[in-house]
Amino acid sequence: MAGKTLYDKIWDAHLVRQREDGTALIYIDRQLIHEVTSPQAFEGLRLAGRKPWRAEANLATPDHNIPTTREERSRGLDGIKDPISRIQVKTLDENCQEFGILELGMNDLRQGIVHVVGPEQGATLPGMTIVCGDSHTSTHGALGALAHGIGTSEVEHVLATQCLLQKKMKNMLVKVNGKLGPGVTAKDIVLAIIGRIGTAGGTGYTIEFAGEAIRSLSVEGRMTVCNMAIEAGARAGLVAVDDTTLDYLKGRPFAPAGELWERAAAAWKELVSDADAHFDHVVELEADTIEPQVTWGTSPEMVAPVSGSIPDPAVETDVSRRGNMEQALKYMGLQPSTAIRDIQLDYIFIGSCTNSRIEDLREAAQVVKGKKVAANIELAMVVPGSGLVKQQAEAEGLDRIFIEAGLEWREPGCSMCLAMNADQLPAGKHCASTSNRNFEGRQGFGGRTHLVSPAMAAAAAVAGHFVDVRQLNNA
Amino acid sequence: MRKFSVVEGVVIPLNRANVDTDFIIPKQFLKSIKRTGFGPNLFDEHRYLDKGEPDADNSKRPLNPDFVLNQPRYRNGTILLARENFGCGSSREHAPWALDDYGIRVIIAPSFADIFFNNCFKNGLLPIVLEKEIVSKLFQEVEANEGYSLSVDLTSQTITTPSAEVIHFEVDEYKRQCLLDGLDEIGVTLQDADTIRDFEQQWRERAPWYFATPGQAGN
Repeated sequence: MAGKTLYDKIWDAHLVRQREDGTALIYIDRQLIHEVTSPQAFEGLRLAGRKPWRAEANLATPDHNIPTTREERSRGLDGIKDPISRIQVKTLDENCQEFGILELGMNDLRQGIVHVVGPEQGATLPGMTIVCGDSHTSTHGALGALAHGIGTSEVEHVLATQCLLQKKMKNMLVKVNGKLGPGVTAKDIVLAIIGRIGTAGGTGYTIEFAGEAIRSLSVEGRMTVCNMAIEAGARAGLVAVDDTTLDYLKGRPFAPAGELWERAAAAWKELVSDADAHFDHVVELEADTIEPQVTWGTSPEMVAPVSGSIPDPAVETDVSRRGNMEQALKYMGLQPSTAIRDIQLDYIFIGSCTNSRIEDLREAAQVVKGKKVAANIELAMVVPGSGLVKQQAEAEGLDRIFIEAGLEWREPGCSMCLAMNADQLPAGKHCASTSNRNFEGRQGFGGRTHLVSPAMAAAAAVAGHFVDVRQLNNA
Repeated sequence: MRKFSVVEGVVIPLNRANVDTDFIIPKQFLKSIKRTGFGPNLFDEHRYLDKGEPDADNSKRPLNPDFVLNQPRYRNGTILLARENFGCGSSREHAPWALDDYGIRVIIAPSFADIFFNNCFKNGLLPIVLEKEIVSKLFQEVEANEGYSLSVDLTSQTITTPSAEVIHFEVDEYKRQCLLDGLDEIGVTLQDADTIRDFEQQWRERAPWYFATPGQAGN
């Protein structure tokens, strides 16, 4: 009999009941909650007279539509100018209080983007099952946890039962062999993967990311990769546990300590796929062939290396794909065959659950240090992923580097990744963004998003158009 | 949940692949703390020519005449026909809520994104996967025939076309039963409460590190 994949192992350990109809009841160890996808779930509990099954398994923080300006944040809830946003954030506070759920509130130093906060607090642990009403929950797979996004009905289901009804996914292995070149990052790896397998390539699968290039990444880099598993269609991404994982977690507030840590760490070392495990699909990439990546269209799979150019729909033989490309170029206001380097930019956004951690900010700061944002850039902003990331960055003087270069330094939140708050990309403007989705209207009505790494966004800020960060460093 | 058995209705052809959840319901409407009222903002950025706001009077906004929902022949449609990877992107259940609130009951496409697909069933909507070729043929027929409607029967798992052609579709048995009976899934799961409690107790013994109260974990 073939061995087990990491996914198989976590699945089996959490299987409460296998039903005859093929569905399974899976136990959930941790639910993360934010203000947008939870109010209707709490309301459902109230209407049915139900209580959370295990309130302490939940951890909440507001992130999606809270303001990122110091002025609004400093005045607490009352400072939120948008009355509808204010009600939603207030509703989270009230629900957490009513149902006994720990919330890191808006002005708690530990508040931040839910997918930054979980790992940072050690609330994400290897081998856990983790859910959140947010598709980027796949991020937590970087620590060897089975984590995926769910809808609000399921948020309510997990609150009430601590379980989720699931059908097991298939196993996919994405192996990135060899070493990355200098200036090429985790973001470029995952964009290259999506470019290869497409945005539906992982649908129905859990993807395990493996290979030397993944192993060599820090936990934060692995989070960037797993974060965008959903952009490849996979609800969950995973990276096997190793010493890097354990070193990252040790001493974090919610992680076990002392003797319990030793026992946990010993158990977690088993969280790797067996050598003879069967994967339903295997994809391999060579790391040394990956260049810094830039998306040119309205789907993350519409991506090209920085040295490349925008493809020409006229030479695309698949009719449906050609139509998509034409639609995308029309929306983006771009011409076929334009060199990626010739795409002019108006906005720069460094942040989001994909790229707002301390290493991301260091990477961006290093590029802009001693330089100035180009004159054609209307707004360049850096939004740290959490209060603790912000504090750390300030301790390292990164905020000064950004501000001196002409970038705005904001308070933590999701911000212009999805533009639910006031941080919105105006219609027709091009933005180099470290976020995860370049869908039409994602960053603002009519806004034009290009997904890139923090280093590439920073380089673009200085140049005013896309530029190969490796050449900027040499200049 | 509303029961689903047979839906007969006009088909709306949304000829586009990778329709994402931002396309279905833009983010500004996610600020609502209710489950209802999203229908007027379904496909907002394509349906109207201006930018929608949560408190706007949608009846006064300029419509995009080219968008399929605004074409009189499709105005009362209840069955949405779309291309590959429908519902990709975020996990927002506001997407099926908006479709439902508008009056859509069935979505037919060659493939769906996982989270969206799952969310539909929780809200009495039936997403149906059909082969690409069949979907293309349906697009041709819908566009060629005004008032084209289909009859979708979940009990027999069949779609009947105006020319009496019968197309079979597959659906997960558990999900089918939930839709047919309008089941409260939480209620169903809680019938297994003892099994869950037993599992939890064993799991707590095997992996106590997952059960430490946040903030007090073994410290």
